[in-house]
Formats: sequence, C-alpha cells, structure tokens
Amino acid sequence: MSQIFDAYETRDPAYDEMFVGSELRPPYQRLGDSLGRLSASELISRVEAMQASYLDQGVTFDIGGEERAFPLDIVPRVIERDTWATIDKGVQQRVKALELFLADVYDEGKVFDDGVIPREVITTSSHYHRAAAGVHPPNGVRVQVSGIDLVRDNTGEFRVLEDNVRVPSGVSYVMTNRRAISAALPEAIAEHRIRPVANYPQKLLAALRAAAPAGVADPNVVVLTPGVYNGAYFEHALLARTMGVELVEGRDLVCRNGQVLMRTTKGLAPVHVIYRRIDDEFLDPVHFRPDSMLGCVGLIDAARMGNVTLANAVGNGVADDKLVYTYMPDIIRYYLAEDPIIKNVDTWRMGDASSREEVLDRLDELVLKPVDGSGGKGIVIGPAASARELEVLRGKILEDPRSWIAQPVVQLSTVPTFTDGSLGARHVDLRPFAVNDGDKVWVLPGGLTRVALAEGELIVNSSRGGGSKDTWVLAGPTSSRPSGRGQSQGQSQTQGVA
Amino acid sequence: MLSRIAESMFWIGRYVERAEDTARILDVQTQHILEDAATDVETACRSLLAVMGVEIPPTEKVGLPQMLDMLAYDTTAPTSMAYALGAARESARGARETLSVPLWEALNTTYRAIPAGQFKHMRAPFIFGWVRDRVAQINGTADATMMRDESWQFLMLGRYVERDDMTSRLVATTSLTSAGGASQWNSTLRACGAYDAFLRVNKGVETEQAAAEFLLLDRIFPRSVVHALQRAEGALDTLEGTTRRAGFTDEAHRLIGRMRASLEYRSLHDLLADLPAEMERLQVTCAEATEAVTKRYFAGAEALAWQPV
Repeated sequence: MSQIFDAYETRDPAYDEMFVGSELRPPYQRLGDSLGRLSASELISRVEAMQASYLDQGVTFDIGGEERAFPLDIVPRVIERDTWATIDKGVQQRVKALELFLADVYDEGKVFDDGVIPREVITTSSHYHRAAAGVHPPNGVRVQVSGIDLVRDNTGEFRVLEDNVRVPSGVSYVMTNRRAISAALPEAIAEHRIRPVANYPQKLLAALRAAAPAGVADPNVVVLTPGVYNGAYFEHALLARTMGVELVEGRDLVCRNGQVLMRTTKGLAPVHVIYRRIDDEFLDPVHFRPDSMLGCVGLIDAARMGNVTLANAVGNGVADDKLVYTYMPDIIRYYLAEDPIIKNVDTWRMGDASSREEVLDRLDELVLKPVDGSGGKGIVIGPAASARELEVLRGKILEDPRSWIAQPVVQLSTVPTFTDGSLGARHVDLRPFAVNDGDKVWVLPGGLTRVALAEGELIVNSSRGGGSKDTWVLAGPTSSRPSGRGQSQGQSQTQGVA
Repeated sequence: MLSRIAESMFWIGRYVERAEDTARILDVQTQHILEDAATDVETACRSLLAVMGVEIPPTEKVGLPQMLDMLAYDTTAPTSMAYALGAARESARGARETLSVPLWEALNTTYRAIPAGQFKHMRAPFIFGWVRDRVAQINGTADATMMRDESWQFLMLGRYVERDDMTSRLVATTSLTSAGGASQWNSTLRACGAYDAFLRVNKGVETEQAAAEFLLLDRIFPRSVVHALQRAEGALDTLEGTTRRAGFTDEAHRLIGRMRASLEYRSLHDLLADLPAEMERLQVTCAEATEAVTKRYFAGAEALAWQPV
C-alpha cells in the first residue's frame, strides 16, 4: 500500500480542498483512493513522462525569451457538481453585468448620473479609450471571452479576485492539461465522470461568427497574434488550429478604404472578425502607440466603421481596473437588480481618505495592488515585505492614491501538489473561461487552476513561475462516504461509474 | 492561404531537405577522405566547404573536425545540419496552426535533440544516419497526414528546389575529384541511395558517364536533377491552377522549365564537358526561382502591383 499522502500537511489557516486533517473531503475520495494505489516511484515516472510529452508537443510558455514546458501538476483539482453550479451562475451574472456596464460607459453613462460610480473613476483609468466611445458592436457583445479569477477563502467560499475582460489567456492549457492527465492517470479518469472541456474552440468560433458585421453571411474569422515570441503563442496557434481559421500577425493585414484585408498567395482577402490577442495599445499605431509594429494601421477606423469586429472590444480594460472592481457589487445590483452570487474579496480604495489612513497604519498586514496591473506585477504582500519595501510603498500610495487598492491577505486554498519528489500543500486560484455569443454566456466547466509551486507563495501567475492543474468538474452528485487517508484496498468493486 | 504561411511551408521543405542532403554528402565525403590515403585532407575539406558555400581564409587550418563543425554541429553556421533542423523548426513554429499535429511533433522532437545536447554528442558517421532517419520520419509523417492543398504544394516546391541545389553540389564535388574515377562516382551514387538502382538500369556496367547521366537525367529516379525539376514544375503548375493558352506567365516556372530543357535537350557529351560550370548554373537557377516565387506568392499585396493580370 502506498504512503504518498502520509507526510502531507495542510497549511492552516488556508482551506485545503482535499483534506480535513487526515480525512479526505467527499469530492476527493475517489481520487485519493486512486492515487493512493500508486507507489511513490510510479508517481515520479508518470510525472516525468508527462513533462517529456509537453516538451515534445511544444506545450510551452515563454519567459524572458526562453521556451519552457508549462508546468502541469499531476494531482488534479476536483470541484463537485453543486459548487460548480454556483460558480457557473455567478460568472454568468458577472459577465452580463460587465457587458451592460461597458455598453453604458461607452454610451450614455447612466451609471454615473445615477451615482453608482463616479465618472472620474472611469475617465482617469488608463484603459479608458475614447476611440471606443459610440461604437456599437454588431450583436451588442464586447466580452466574447472573459476569465474572471476566483479564489477560495479560509472557509472554502469562492470569491472574485479580479475581472479579466481584455485578452485573458490560459484556456489552451485547460485543453492540453486534460489530455495529458488522461494519459498520466487513466485509472483515475476512468473512475470519475468529468465534464468535458474539448468543445471550447467550437463555442468560441460560434461566438465570433455571431459577432460578424451586419450583412456578412459567411464571415472570415482570424486570430491575431503578436507572433512566435509572445508568451502565449502556443495558445494562439492552438485556438486557430482547433477553430480551423487563419492565425495572422499584424504584418499579414492591410487596411484599404476602411476594409481589413489579409495578404494571401492569391492576393488580398477580406477579414470580418478578428479575435485579437494583442492589447489595445498595440492594435493600431494611428490611435495608440505609434511605435507598435504588432498591429495594423487603420484597424480601429475599420472597426469604428463597422466593417470588422474586434473581439474582445477595444476599451474593455476599464472593467478590469481594480478600482472599478471595488464597485462591482453595486454595478451588479444596479443593472441586474440581483445580489452578487460570488462575492468580492474585501477591498479598500486608497482614494478614500479614511480607508487610506487605516491601511497606512497596517501596511504590514495587507496586500497592496496597483489598479491597472496584471500578471501579478507590482503587488506587495505586506507580511512578506521588508520594512524598506513598505516605506517605498507608502511613498507611492501617498503620491498617487487613485492607483492603489488594499485587501486582506487571502490565504488562497491549497491542493496537494507534487514538487521535488513529494506532495505538499500549494496555493491555487481558478480562472473559469466564459464565452458570450450574444444569446447566452457559456462557462467552460473547469477553467484553469493555477498553482504557486513555491511553498507558501501566494502569487500564482505563470509569469511568476506558477504552474497549473487539470480541473475536474464532476458530472454526478458526490456521495458522502467516510474514508481515511490511504484506505485504498478493497474499494475498487464499489467504484464503477458514479 | 496566407502569404507568410506559404513562405514558411516553402522553407520547411527546403531546410528539411538540406539537412538530409548535407548528411548524405558528408557521409560519402568523410568516408572518402578517411579511406583514400592519396587524398590531402586539408585540400579535400577546403574544396567540399567551397562547394557548400563556405570560404575559409588560407591562413586558417582546416581539418575534418573543423569541416564537421561547419557542416554538421555548429548551430550558428548556416551550412550546418543543426542550423537547418533549427530553421525548419522555427519556420514550423510560425506555421503551427497549418501543420498537422504529428508533423509538428516530428519536427519539434528532432529539433529538441539539439538544445538537449544529444545532437552534439552523436559522432560521425552515426549522426548522418540519425539525420536521415529523422528526416524520413518527418517526410513520411507529412506524406501521411498533410492535406494536398496549397500548403503541401509549397512544401514540395521547397523540397525539390533544394534537392536540385544540393544534388548539383554533390555532383560538383564528385567531378572536382573525379581523378578518383568510377569509384568516386560509385560513392556519389551511394550517397543518393542510387547505387543499386543504377546497377539494375545499366545491367551492372559502371562508367563515369553512365553514373553522371543517371544522377542528372534519369526521369524516374527520385533524387535525380531532372526528376526534381519536374516535380518543382508540377508544384508550380498546381499552384497556378489555370489552363494556359500559350507559354508560362510564372517567372519561377519559366526558369525551372528552361533549366530542365537545357539539361534534357543536349547531348551527354556536351553536358559533361564542363560539369562544374553547369552545376553552378543550376544553383543560380534555384536561387532565381526562389526569388521569383517569393515575389509572386510571399509578398502578398505587393504581388498585385508586380503581377498585373
């Protein structure tokens, strides 16, 4: 009998998703039993085979120009059906509210007049683009793809950490992770009924086609990538291939008379929908950064004329602004007349004098985030920072309070993770991907679980050395069956299909 | 298809073929240099490097290790197999959504031997066999999994243009040292995997002329110059896709067709009179045809202005 979980220790007070003390939580019983049947050496050889296959397939992530295999942990994360149903509804609600908010912000601005959020919060955001004002997307959708980051607090409740409605990445790993884990843990996969993730590209393509300019019956959809040196290039290629569309770079496109065309071996061919994986600022040197070589001159004008649809829409970044995040509960109530299904993490705005005073008094206990940062950049975790770092931070906050928010240290939940030859508790978050085709917001069951591979580390971003886990959303109900750690023998007969 | 992708396909075809042909040439030449006591190693290495387009200043010493570095291991030397495999993979990386998944993996795993350090530890002649095996796997995978659409035609065009270029160099190396007589031609035939076929066709009679004729002019042997030219023409024909009343509008097609005709419609004697010059002409044609294809297909919108219809 295997002992692989014997030395496992949870990290109080963080919520461990697999164990309560030494007992397996119900959703993990089957998985715990299944993994328990593997010896430590068997587990190691499977981990190695999995890593080798990622390198051969080129499932990689670029960090500072170096191509690395995207780290995938062998222990999947399990989410039971009912928990997922709540996430699903909560994400749908949030995307709908964000759509209404963006449509309003770039049009009449009723949300300001009604006093829900001050207008200057939007106009001072670095992601507010006047170029997007007055543009009405063909089917009203601005957020074709979203990735709303969730974390689990110390009680196990899911909370929204941040909204990503610009160009969220990571969905390709959801698909490749499932295939890799199927190969690495065929027994465990067979013993669970897991909701599939492979139909994501079809859902995305349908949403992109639905967003085509009016009057185009058979739109030419393309994926726009910054090129092979972009960190997420693997994902761009995978999405283009699985949707059966062209993957273009800026230099493949040309704008003539307000139309976007692509250079082909047979001359120029029209483009109708661009799933762009380039940030707003790099899309069009005429409107944004004049030094950008990644986009194409005239793209924004073509979009404003309604001849091409950019997905996601330009200007969505205002919704990702972490200061706007603090207003999201009110925004949801205002547009939908519902309470938020998934709560925010408690947050203080540094622009409010009273909150600022309180926060500055206990900087060493809190997490401070720049409002327009992404990828974990600029975040200071108070308890982990030196006195000097905190002094620098204090200066920055006083200089520009609008640019900062503070949150309590959320101890993100933990899941057993294989590092350096043993299993340890590591912190995880969850990015569920949602696709909006204008009729329905569809949430990919599972999403990307990112895991901080260093012990105690709370920042999970891949740019900061994070890895990922396959995320299983169970299709059937979870039966409650008492089971201790490593009680693996003699269970197999009762474990057919759930 | 996208012009940029078409260009990538063309260069994947060229680089993969170049890696294989370099392996074939090195296999034969290193064996020849080692076995033939009469050969001056330095001169032989220099002339082989010259044929492959590498000029080494006379002050520098050149031996087998230096030559193998330039043509096999050095990832920064554009003439090396390591460079060709890396470049093929880099082109493939930019065209990943167009390649079949197994083809991408075949290219990627081959390339991975280089950064992983395996490649530089493989010795000659083992490494030549390894490269040929890997290329056979890449080509076989392409053959079994790729659609016969435009991207396939560009892959084939690249392969056959490169094969012409490299076969011409192989033939040139042979004629440079043809003091070795028939035995030298035999090893050239072996390098092309053509020796047995040649014997069968010629009923066992080995002469220099017959060997040269076989490598240059045989229409149905896949590594002969004329066969490769025919296949390149075929790819260009399919790409153009229209029925023609008269002549050829495609510059690359014209260049390659003219080259093939000038090889086929001359007497063998005439052809062999100055083989090295003839082979150089073939190499120039390959370069010019590549340029013409680039202008017409890979430049996208610019091509419209350049190619009025």
